[in-house]
Amino acid sequence: MKADPAGVLTGAHYLDGDFACGEGAMAAGCRFTAGYPITPSTEVVERISRRFPMMGGTFIQMEDELASMAAVVGASWTGTKCLTVTSGPGFSLMMENIGLGAMMETPLVVVNVQRGGPSTGLPTMTGQADMMQARWGSHGDYRLIALSPQSPQESFDLMIDAFNLSEEYRVPVLFMMDECVGHMTEKVVIPPADEIEIVPRKLTDKPPGEFLPYKANGNGVPEFARAGDGYRFHTTGLTHDERGYPVMSAECQEELIPRLINKITDNVDKISRFDEENTDGADVVLVTYGITARVARMGIDMARKKGVKVGVIRLIVVWPFPEQHIRDLASKIKAFVVPEINLGQMVLEVERCAGGKAETILVPHAGGGVHNPQDICDAILRAAK
Amino acid sequence: MSVTIEEVEAAAQKHPVAPYLRMDRMPHIWCPTCGIGTVMKCYAQALEEADVDMDKAAIVSGIGCTGRVAGYMNLDAFHSTHGRAIPFATGVKLGRPELLVTVFSGDGDLSGIGGNHFIHAARRNMDLLVILVNNFIYGMTGGQNAPTTPLTAKSSTMPFGNFEEPFNLPHLAASCGAVYVARWTCLHTRRLTKSFQEAIDRRGFRFIEVIAPCSTLYARLNRLGSGFDLMRFYHDSAEIKHGADPKEVGIDFQDKIICGKFIDEDRPAMHERMDAHYKKVLGDKYVPMPPEGGWLHE
Ligand code: SF4
Repeated sequence: MKADPAGVLTGAHYLDGDFACGEGAMAAGCRFTAGYPITPSTEVVERISRRFPMMGGTFIQMEDELASMAAVVGASWTGTKCLTVTSGPGFSLMMENIGLGAMMETPLVVVNVQRGGPSTGLPTMTGQADMMQARWGSHGDYRLIALSPQSPQESFDLMIDAFNLSEEYRVPVLFMMDECVGHMTEKVVIPPADEIEIVPRKLTDKPPGEFLPYKANGNGVPEFARAGDGYRFHTTGLTHDERGYPVMSAECQEELIPRLINKITDNVDKISRFDEENTDGADVVLVTYGITARVARMGIDMARKKGVKVGVIRLIVVWPFPEQHIRDLASKIKAFVVPEINLGQMVLEVERCAGGKAETILVPHAGGGVHNPQDICDAILRAAK
Repeated sequence: MSVTIEEVEAAAQKHPVAPYLRMDRMPHIWCPTCGIGTVMKCYAQALEEADVDMDKAAIVSGIGCTGRVAGYMNLDAFHSTHGRAIPFATGVKLGRPELLVTVFSGDGDLSGIGGNHFIHAARRNMDLLVILVNNFIYGMTGGQNAPTTPLTAKSSTMPFGNFEEPFNLPHLAASCGAVYVARWTCLHTRRLTKSFQEAIDRRGFRFIEVIAPCSTLYARLNRLGSGFDLMRFYHDSAEIKHGADPKEVGIDFQDKIICGKFIDEDRPAMHERMDAHYKKVLGDKYVPMPPEGGWLHE
């Protein structure tokens, strides 16, 4: 369906990434947001709380991030599209109910405007060190989807994709921004509502007596019933059967958990998104995401001037990781170079997929700033040798 | 005289509150003479007596023995995470304001791990009916000390007796702004049902504490006899004092239990206040969330 015009601020604007992210959520149809203030993400909910009352949306500032996350899982069960927004320390607190969202198969979006960590770290300065937390942060086995925008424009555009993916696969989608993108102000073009495609909640058309809340369709994703529509369903964070009833057995676990994982892994090709440039015939391929993808441009140009054939994979959907593509590339190139604002996270994934067929070189940055492009260039030159 | 399983099942289906329960999930997991089942039955009866539209009622529980209640009620039911039933329910309520949302959980869940959510929901007068079954202990995990364990009572983590001051929960709720505060024991079935029914018809943060025995752990660790002995003891130790100052209703080990309705006020719930405020300050620009929720559809 098309976006509700009430949430779409059509036109060309000069916005920072946080504001653009908020606009993206509203354009995507988000009408419930719960949040707790935390730098550098708070502008997202400030934007939303100012605009929601004019479009039938409700914002509530909760007492902490545990509550914010629990509230959006709850609200999503009314069919309302939901968002919560945070940064590192809050992201840690949200892990509990992100797991609940995964287990209950609840569509919603969580924004993490990453800052330097661990702990309180560098509240006002950038980082990309929560990437593995986005993959593994809550306990147990599950798979989610994570996206990473590189600009305010993408903070808007990808927010729509994030909501749509969450509806399509009934999972929490993690929106992994960083402080730089969040606080950078650029031109953001918001299209008319009728040019924005929205995936609505996939409500079941079965009558209450016949509906099983956790019976998956061909895609591995169950149909949805909203609270208040007479289905009187039951949902739980416990291991459950198709009726949503707890079943404490290894057999039920074996039915449920692989399905939660397979609905993502079986659809990697549909979910995956990355920009690919000059990888054909490249000696070195840079794998990058978020703000670092932009910083790396200069390093790549410098290396190209020295005659190195450099290709780029810019991850847009970070999780699920495009394993097969990296594997295929590995046998054709000398090395991968992975710059990131952490001391080695997504590089582990690249290295795993490269499987020893190509060298993998990390260009680390401990956080608080972005890379010096010279360091990226040097790593590319080293890799090309 | 022997009865067949079929006869037992047929009899169960005829139970007056059967339509309010998920009979396909019976028998429940609670121990014999645990007090929780009685409280659930009173709640089911109150739904009937208050003529609640069950399609428009949701129930949210946290984790623990009482946390299993949501799973047995024939409503839209959410068995959420430990301590988070109140914020989860806050989302359900604000996502679809027309729903009657009940939180049904235990003392450890709501006042221990969920204590912060409890006080804030009371402060903002969230439109929730909160039913807290207090058995003075963590039942499901094996009888550990709770924020409600009375002084000197034994628990598996206070084997020499509890020396921490417990919460006086009606006082906590009232001082944080709850508009309806009552306490009963689980054997006060008639009064408890009436209190549930009354609270269903109120708005805002309504809090009802129900004192109930944990037969398997609290009663055993403290050598208090069977669950039924303890149930009767609680009932007989009750002193009904409507309008009592919540400050004065703390509970000592195996001592009197002040019961009754302590607070009953009428103040707009959080979402009503929000609505009225936006109407006032934004006028025609304000677009409220529809009662059936903020979901987008063709
Ligand atoms: S452990 Fe205690 S509270 Fe839990 S079901 Fe048994 S008697 Fe009830």
